[in-house]
This record gives sequence, structure tokens and C-alpha cells, in this order.
Amino acid sequence: MTVVSTPASLQQSVVPAMDNAEVLRIRNDFPVLDQLVNGKPLIYLDSGATSQNPLSVIEAEQEFYEQRNAAVHRGAHQLAVSATEVFEDARQTVADFIGAQYEETVWTSNATEGLNLISYALSNAALWAAQGRGSSALKELAIGPGDEIVVTEMEHHANLIPWQELAFRTGATLKYIPITDAGSLRLDAAEEIVGERTRLLAFTHASNVLGTINPVAALVALARRVGALVVLDACQSVPHMPIDVKDLDVDFAVFSGHKMLAPTGVGVLYGKQELLDVLPPFLTGGSMITTVTMERAEYLPAPQRFEAGTQRISQAVALATAINYLSETGIDRIHAWEATLGQRLVKGLEGIDGIRVVGPASGAERIGLAAFDVAGVHAHDVGQFLDDRGIAVRVGHHCAQPLHRRLGLTATTRASTYLYNTTDDVDAFLDAVSGVRAYFQA
Amino acid sequence: MSLDQLYQQIILDHSKQRHGSGLADTEAPTGTSTGQSHQLNPVCGDEVTLRLAVADGTVKQISWDGAGCSISMASASVLTDLGEGMSVEELHAVIDNFREVLRSRGKVQADPEILGDAAAFEGVARYAARVKCAMISWVAAEDALNQATA
Repeated sequence: MTVVSTPASLQQSVVPAMDNAEVLRIRNDFPVLDQLVNGKPLIYLDSGATSQNPLSVIEAEQEFYEQRNAAVHRGAHQLAVSATEVFEDARQTVADFIGAQYEETVWTSNATEGLNLISYALSNAALWAAQGRGSSALKELAIGPGDEIVVTEMEHHANLIPWQELAFRTGATLKYIPITDAGSLRLDAAEEIVGERTRLLAFTHASNVLGTINPVAALVALARRVGALVVLDACQSVPHMPIDVKDLDVDFAVFSGHKMLAPTGVGVLYGKQELLDVLPPFLTGGSMITTVTMERAEYLPAPQRFEAGTQRISQAVALATAINYLSETGIDRIHAWEATLGQRLVKGLEGIDGIRVVGPASGAERIGLAAFDVAGVHAHDVGQFLDDRGIAVRVGHHCAQPLHRRLGLTATTRASTYLYNTTDDVDAFLDAVSGVRAYFQA
Repeated sequence: MSLDQLYQQIILDHSKQRHGSGLADTEAPTGTSTGQSHQLNPVCGDEVTLRLAVADGTVKQISWDGAGCSISMASASVLTDLGEGMSVEELHAVIDNFREVLRSRGKVQADPEILGDAAAFEGVARYAARVKCAMISWVAAEDALNQATA
């Protein structure tokens, strides 16, 4: 008999995968999930829209108001010092979580504001460059007539409309990378579309409708070939999988706190330091200046350059607490668990008559969500039927109208999971969905 | 409040057999004055385009095209059955009554004497998120009626 011993270092690195028992323990940390809806235990499958808060996050925000509330970066008193300390510590926690530098991590209200910030900073760059203001590097960042901005057919409106409007303000042209019927980006087409005139390429890391995870490295390579900036919408990736912005080599990335166990009202913009330090601000006012005269102002470097006015302090602190919660569970373990749930969702839905899942088929990589059409039943009615059984899902176009038009649909139903969902949640959802068409006599 | 009270059989039936649907293929009767209104609910994408033809103070025809949930489609269908043949004043009164019931959060009961089959939408009033679904074609009808009689 041979005994094979495992080295101690390897033993430590093997952390068991998540299972239902652990998920049920996690769920106990989330007060809102412990309730009846229409007389049935709530099954929350709408984390793609907004996630729930563990008690530690709720308490972190309360603790801030009970112990430290003051405006940051000003005031000589002890409360202001204490508030500034936890606010800036929170920034470092976020930066560490995504592999960014402290100076590259800007607070926003949400991902939408982050994307608008980039869009307006870029058109302001054109205005500044034209008048010889700011760094000479702005000339290279300025977008103008004849230039092209490239997005994809699967974008959320938040990563689409700011670029439509940037094109409108600058005279640039907006172009789209198409998707396949299976919901992947057509990289063959992307190679043609991302060309010499492309100045900016914006795309989602993971689709909030299709569940597709896009090949960031391949897309970044296309952009680098022509010297275009890359903007990554990381709303559906940062909360659910390990991300290192330096490895991904994107120029900007945005995400929202409320999709990752934190309160609403706080989001993050990552930008490469050399870009953030030269770009003109979007919002201007207090807390972001060095010298102000009656004619003009000079601005602080990033991140303060982009943080005008009193900040969302308690929310930022709570976001750091949420990140600690995710890190303690292990973001890689969460990613693996949700991949299992995503596959279970799709496989189950594919087995139900009259259901068309959009995005990758079962077996193909996807995040832990699935959107689908039910033949003969409108998504709103599907959602109402599920709500009656205590199951919360999202219905509608999920802020992706052009994508739904491309799919030949006006609305879909979406179930999206997080670390507090069990396989039993998925099974209860599938069981309910299998009764939808009969109920509506479709 | 059970789901069955929301989705009464009459609503499910009308959501499939949509009376008045087919605006694009329907001509307004000659000698009528018409109004047409397009209504969109940007939240859910429900959409209705409704045309209403009036002559001698009477609603002669209601015709519409739409896409949306069963509540919104059934509501347009029931409205068509109810409104055709009514006087302009009667239809205005019925629309006002329907709106009052739907916005009451269940406090105002539907009177079948006034609303006919549309009384079946009473249950919708308890689902705040669905009130607009039931109202969309009625808002279109009111707008079209005002145009036709302007």
C-alpha cells in the first residue's frame, strides 16, 4: 500500500467549494431575505438589478453616523479626521480588491455616473486642447469629427447612451460590434470595426441579459493595435468574480456598490493614473481645486480631481465593509458557486417546453444569471406569477433595448443569483416556471 | 388577494382574442372624424396605438395595435367592446370611472353597471406596478376622443 502525502502548502491552498449548507449560513447574515412574500418564503433572484446587504454593511453605515459623521478633507476637528480616515481607508480597500492604485480609484454615485464622467471628461479634453489649456497630452485624447467610438450590441443603456451623446458632442461616429445568435461578440467583425479611426472601445465585461463573459484580452488587443482607449463596464463582473484591472489592461472600468452587497449611492471609477491626471474634470466645485481666482480654477490631481462636492461618505465606508464580506467568503469561490447556479438555471430552463433562453446554451460559460422568453406569455405576467410564489425576478428590457431588438424580443424574464442563493432556490424557480404556460393557457 | 383575482378568465380570454386589434388593416368608417393616440410605458415596453372614430356624438369604431402583457392587451380589447356605440360623454364618464377604480388601491369597488366587463380589472388596483398596464389603452382612448371631437 502506498501512502501519498500532500505537502502542507498545498493542503492550505485547497479551500472547499461552497455548498448549500454554507449558503444557508451566509443567508442568515442578510436580514431582508428572512421574510415571507405572499405567504411564501422569499426567494430573491434579482441580484443582477440590486443585491442585498449583510448586517455588517448595514451596521457599518450606522456606525459611521453614530460615531464619526463629518465632512471629509476639511475641518481640523477630531470627527473630521476620523471620517476622512475611514473614507480613505475604504478607497484603499476598493483599490486592493480590483488591483488598482489608490490614486486611480475614484468614488462616483454609481457606474452610470462613472461612464458619464469619462464621456464628459473626453469631450472637455477636446475643448481644452482646442484652447491650449492643460497638458499637451490632451491633444491625443481629444475626440472629433471623423473619429469613431465603438460599442457592442449587448450594452446596457448606461454603457451606450453616454457614448451616443459623446459622439453627438464631438462629431464622432458610433459603431457597433455585432453579436452571434448565441449571444457572443463576433470577434471576426470586431477586427474590421475597430480600425484606424477608432478612438475609444467600450464594452461590458459580462452581459446583464445574456450572461456572456466577453474576451477582454482579445478586445483590448484590438484597441491597442490602433491606439484606442478601452472602457470596461464591470457592473456584472466585479461583484461576482476576481478582477485585476492591471491584468486586464483596460484604461477605465466602472462598477456600482449596490450590486455588491453595499448601499445605493456609491460606485467606483478606475482609471489609469496617467489618464486621470491629465483629463479635465466632469463635475466642478468644492474639494477638487488647488487655487481659485475670479477668472479660473486649477484642479487637484486624481482622485480628488473628479470628486467635486461633499462625498457619499457612509456609503463608501459600507462598500469597503461589503468588499471585506466578499473577500472573507472568497470571490473566487463565489464565482465558482454562481457558475454552478447559472448552469443549473440554463439547463433547467432548456428542459421546459416553450422556453427560449437568450445567451450561451448550457455547458457554455456564463455568469450566474439567465434571461428567457416564454412562448405566448409576456414577461410581465411571468414575473407576476413568480412573485405570487415569493420568487423575485426582473422583467422587461433590462435597460438593453437595442439588444432585445436584436434578439427579436421586447421583454424577457431574468433570474440572477448571488452568494446567498442555494440550488434549492434555483429548483423552486424552475418548478414555478414550468407552470407558467399552463396557468396563462398559452 | 390571489393571483386568480388578478388574472380572471375574462382577462385571459381577451388577452388572446383581442377585439379591435388590427389598426393597420382597418379603415375608419366614412363620414367619421377620427383621433389617434400612441402610448408607451417605457418601464415595461407596453405600447398601444389606438384610433377612435366619432360621428353624430357617438363612438362608431375603436381600432388599435399593441404589444404588451396580458393585462394591457385585454384591457384594450374590453375597452373596444365597451366603448363602441357609446356617446362621447358616456365614454368620457366611463374612462373617468375606470381611472378612479384603478388608482384607488382597492378602496373603490368597480360597478359592473358602469364598467361592464372592465369591472374585471378591479383586482389590478391592488397591484400598483400593474395599474399602468390596465390604463394604457384608456389613456390613449381619452386622448383620441379629445382629438376626434376637437
